[in-house]
Amino acid sequence: MAIDAATVRKVARLARIATPEDRVEQLAKELNGIMSWIEQLGEVDTDGVEPMTSAVHTPLPMRDDVVTDGGDAERVLGNAPKRAGAFYVVPKVLE
Amino acid sequence: MSDLTSLTLKAALDGLADKSFSSAEITQAHIEAVEAARALNAYVLETPDRALEMARASDQRRASGNAGPLEGAPLGIKDLFCTEGVRTTAASKILENFVPAYESTVTANLWRDGAVMLGKLNMDQFAMGSSNETSCFGNVVNPWRAEGGNAELTPGGSSGGSAAAVAAELCLGATATDTGGSIRQPAAFTGTVGIKPTYGRCSRWGVVAFASSLDQAGPMARTVEDAAILLTSMSGHDPKDSTSLPVETPDFARFVGKSVKGLRIGVPKEYRVDNMPAEIDALWEQGIAWLKEAGCEIVEVSLPHTKYALPAYYIVAPAEASSNLARYDGMRYGLRVDGGNLIDTYEQSRAQGFGEEVKRRLMIGTYVLSAGYYDAYYLKALKVRRRIADDFDQAWQTCDALLTPTAPSAAFQLGDKSNDPVAMYLNDIFTVTVNLAGLPGMSVPAGLDANGLPLGLQLIGRALDEGTLFSLGGALEKAADFRAKPRKWW
Repeated sequence: MAIDAATVRKVARLARIATPEDRVEQLAKELNGIMSWIEQLGEVDTDGVEPMTSAVHTPLPMRDDVVTDGGDAERVLGNAPKRAGAFYVVPKVLE
Repeated sequence: MSDLTSLTLKAALDGLADKSFSSAEITQAHIEAVEAARALNAYVLETPDRALEMARASDQRRASGNAGPLEGAPLGIKDLFCTEGVRTTAASKILENFVPAYESTVTANLWRDGAVMLGKLNMDQFAMGSSNETSCFGNVVNPWRAEGGNAELTPGGSSGGSAAAVAAELCLGATATDTGGSIRQPAAFTGTVGIKPTYGRCSRWGVVAFASSLDQAGPMARTVEDAAILLTSMSGHDPKDSTSLPVETPDFARFVGKSVKGLRIGVPKEYRVDNMPAEIDALWEQGIAWLKEAGCEIVEVSLPHTKYALPAYYIVAPAEASSNLARYDGMRYGLRVDGGNLIDTYEQSRAQGFGEEVKRRLMIGTYVLSAGYYDAYYLKALKVRRRIADDFDQAWQTCDALLTPTAPSAAFQLGDKSNDPVAMYLNDIFTVTVNLAGLPGMSVPAGLDANGLPLGLQLIGRALDEGTLFSLGGALEKAADFRAKPRKWW
């Protein structure tokens, strides 16, 4: 499955990465190079194989549903690119 | 005071314990070594004031009889570990001004045990790379050079700063992380010891995430024993990481020097890849002979899906990365580049904040997870991952550990592979299988090639059996008697 310029633009949009038009062809070439190398996975018989979703065999732990941290807006906001009082300032979300 | 920087961690801890020198003295010696070695670009942030403050506090603790297992030892920290109040960048522009309000569990464990932080170490951006060339601070330079040559070599990656700092004696040991080989390949390229423990041994809390099902922290050091001492401190169950294993941490140093007699060592035939340099093959044979002399039984084993590990990794890791790195949107922390609207702000922030290799991997990850491709790529890769893990389970029926080369070559020249992503990815051909299966793997320096550059051998163990690796690593280290050091040119 070759990745064309339109696919690159679509994926770049999904990944939220601005991609200048003069980079699109080069990116398509690079991604195709990588994906065509990956295609060899098709040779592996995986019929009936359970997908491996975790590297550990223990079940995920449960804990009481209680607040264990928080209430420290200053520390949370310490790296905010833009803030007003105890709030983040972000671009308008709804037009 | 250069003699204080050339000590092993163990010897330094002994010297501190019998008051031959203070932490302030050995820390000062390291601060001077770091300042004199800026040509290596190993540190992206030096924290000498903090180091001396920590060292003096350590000396006081020791004086009052409260010395921890790492009391007073100056270490370097890969810039992927969040350090409270100290800039943590993952070698990226998007986090260039990020100052964490919290400490990673692994580094907190080191400070609990008395260690001193010298600074933050360079790396491939977001741990994505095998040569350190994707760092936004520029690449690290390997302290090793080929005999008779002046060409600058890569220290490997992604933990290249950690590897170079340990090899050049700019710290007694360092933290590192390994997602596909990022501890073991740089260890091999710099003549140092590195171990990626079992997935879940070290907490991932506070470590900038790359691929969460593969990422694992581990130490780099100049001896097997030093690596064991560091891993003992770094490990331990952490309720803040749900994949952290609720198991006891053994005193790993006790395994170093233990007899390896009777252990069955598997040699996987699939690791004899085409175009492998004859010297690496010969070193592997030598390693087999050393372990045989130490009383091990050698068995041939088969890991039939080995060649599919890297392609599977290059679906799984970018897919996880595309999800993990979605958090960098310029809203709550990190770089924000204002655009015309919200989406434009996201897209500009990420375009300018991420380097080319990171963007490439995020694009691959987004592509393989996108509608219509999920089953064909992502699900397929997870099934192949299961096959690879099953191969190891099969091998453990007939052996206790595996011996392989660590990397398919010695350190290469900077720039050599930077235009060919797949050639760069192939560096991890022997290391990546271990991450997919969640197993421990260790690289031990075992010899020099014809150009005088270090080569490493890799030991792979059963889950949670790092102890056996430390015993075997100790046996290899003793047999190899690797004492070479890089000639100081910096």
